[in-house]
Amino acid sequence: MVNQLEIRNLHAKIADSGEVILKGVNLVVPKGQIHAVMGPNGAGKSTLGKIIAGDPSYEVTAGDILVDGESILELEPDERARKGLFLAFQYPVEVPGVSNANFLRLALQAKKGEEVSMMEFYDRLQRALKTLDWDESILTRYLNDGFSGGEKKRNEIMHMMVLEPTYAILDETDSGLDIDALKVVAKGVNAMRGPNFGALLITHYQRILNYIVPDAVHVMMDGRIVTSGGPELALQLEERGYEWVKELAVTGS
Amino acid sequence: MSDTLEIEQIGSEYKYGFVDEVKPVWKAEKGLSRRVVEAISYHKDEPAWMLEFRLKALEIYQSKPVPTWGPDLSGLNMDEIYFYAKPTEKRDATSWEEVPEEIRKTYERLGIPEAERKVLAGVGAQYDSEMVYHQVREELKRLGVIFVSIEEGLKQHEDLFREYFATVVPPEDNKYAALNSAVWSGGSFVYVPKGVKVELPLQAYFRVNTAELGQFERTIIIVDEGAEVHYIEGCTAPVYTTDSFHSGVIEIVVNEGARSRYTTIQNWPHNMYNLVTQRALVKKDAYHMWLDGNLGSKVTMKYPSSYLVEEGARSDILSIAFASSGQHQDAGGKLIFAAPHTGGSIVSKSISKGSGRSSYRGLIRVYEGAKHVKVNVECDALLINEESRTDTYPYMEIEDDTATVGHEATVSRLNDEQIFYLQSRGLPEDEAAALIVRGFIEPVAKELPLEYAVELNKLIELEMEGSVG
Ligand SMILES: Nc1ncnc2c1ncn2[C@@H]1O[C@H](COP(=O)(O)OP(=O)(O)O)[C@@H](O)[C@H]1O
Ligand SMILES: [Mg+2]
Repeated sequence: MVNQLEIRNLHAKIADSGEVILKGVNLVVPKGQIHAVMGPNGAGKSTLGKIIAGDPSYEVTAGDILVDGESILELEPDERARKGLFLAFQYPVEVPGVSNANFLRLALQAKKGEEVSMMEFYDRLQRALKTLDWDESILTRYLNDGFSGGEKKRNEIMHMMVLEPTYAILDETDSGLDIDALKVVAKGVNAMRGPNFGALLITHYQRILNYIVPDAVHVMMDGRIVTSGGPELALQLEERGYEWVKELAVTGS
Repeated sequence: MSDTLEIEQIGSEYKYGFVDEVKPVWKAEKGLSRRVVEAISYHKDEPAWMLEFRLKALEIYQSKPVPTWGPDLSGLNMDEIYFYAKPTEKRDATSWEEVPEEIRKTYERLGIPEAERKVLAGVGAQYDSEMVYHQVREELKRLGVIFVSIEEGLKQHEDLFREYFATVVPPEDNKYAALNSAVWSGGSFVYVPKGVKVELPLQAYFRVNTAELGQFERTIIIVDEGAEVHYIEGCTAPVYTTDSFHSGVIEIVVNEGARSRYTTIQNWPHNMYNLVTQRALVKKDAYHMWLDGNLGSKVTMKYPSSYLVEEGARSDILSIAFASSGQHQDAGGKLIFAAPHTGGSIVSKSISKGSGRSSYRGLIRVYEGAKHVKVNVECDALLINEESRTDTYPYMEIEDDTATVGHEATVSRLNDEQIFYLQSRGLPEDEAAALIVRGFIEPVAKELPLEYAVELNKLIELEMEGSVG
């Protein structure tokens, strides 16, 4: 069995308007590695993340997404979660009236397909909260309802830590965070790091990569991965900007 | 209980639809007439003034037109309804052993005796037209709390009964209040003496078993000065192919400094016309809450109202309506401010699914001279499918310009982004949708006692199965 998340020549459009967003994305994240995807606004990074998670508002027109060698294209979002996928949203959705902890327990039970005792659940929560340097008051609040931007991001990481996915996509979890919050989020991701965890770290800035050192960096522009490299690529990007990659993409391909 | 009918229930969402093999010991002829009213009165062995009252109310009923301002009532045919069915000779048994076995089994199946032992202060159980069981905890009896059937209330406490009966909802109020006044049968008579706080709820449970029977319970609740009580009513019936009819009248008087709460979880089968008049008179510094949950019925017309008649009185009306295909929930509430420094709110949450329709209908009236009234109305509608429908009819009659009136109304659709978000964490689509709906009604549902909140959540999950996608 191949232990990896593979995006193979993925083409996709918006279901309603037909606008084409992804134009042949190729990407492999082996289990045990963390890859960064960088790129300018509008490159299609969030779209890629949502399509991997199964967002029905997009339509895949060609290509495939494989988890450990198995295509997940036909699966519902919840079935994908049960295959071990997790998406930390760039804009986590507010769900008023639904308690954060109650929801998370339901999600964990749905994912595991069995009842999770209060004890075990509480245990998982405690570990996550401790790593994230957070107190319990966040648990009884309604899901993302009235959360600050930073709280929303941190809560996504908390969910990830409790649900323990095999492959996580973190969509700009670093944006809008001050340096302390950024360090806390990085701590959460690094705590997950290990042979049974792979992640795609979508980011606009190099900054977070100082705290979560990626195994590889990919640059996405206009619906494609235009170049890939090691952690040094992120630094070059920071210095020289995306214009430089654009030229690289044109001349290099 | 009949097995074949239970098998027919499989695949139907309504889990309370079983039929008991109970034949009434006496049943009126079909339809409404002077003779039927006289027969009901005769079977209750009533004083002459009550029969007179009933016959007068029948005339009022006949003189009033069927209301056309609300849901379609054209399917309601009074000639096809039995107006009275007596399930057993014994009324108000005080132990379940005295209740006929078939009937007792039904209440056991509905979990009533168990709830009574664990979480309730008293239970009244109505089966068809009569209260077959009524009991309240001994210590409350000793404090002077009265909790009996309306018939026993009239027999045992005639003076007290007469002082309040039909004073809060007179027969002239509306056509169906007049009808209830003519044919009323069953319901509770509750009196909580001065300063007595009934900590656990009293519950009345209404069950209709006989096909084509109308149920017309009448309840009077008197909460004396400084007293407290929470009364809960629940109801179910078998699913028949013919329509049935339920039309109750509830009168509540909340005296100075008292607090009361009336909770309804209405879960009739989807062939019931449910037209109910509920009203509370709230006195000085007293408080009353209506918590009205309408999930069942074909047509509901129900607008619990509070009349704030003395200074400092307050009332909140919380309403949840869930309309599936074939259902029209016309619900809301009325707050009438007739004294200074009174206040209150109406919070309405409605959900329409499939081709279901829910309407919010509310009235805020502030009389001239009712100074410094504070009132807030919030009605939120959630639509699950394309063809789901909602409307709002918020009437405001504000005669005093010192009133502070807030009003907010929202209509939203089940949000795809929310569904995807919850689904991507592992919840199947149906469950995600049910969770969003539960969140939507949470501001009201959190006021329910835990057992009822759990039951409500289960009902909503059942309703949401297969409703999206
Ligand atoms: N659901 C959508 N409706 C309309 N436009 C969309 C939608 N999703 C993505 N887009 C468009 O697709 C492009 C890529 O968006 P996105 O994936 O969010 O980019 P990134 O995350 O890289 O900034 C943008 O031009 C965006 O406006
Ligand atoms: Mg983005």
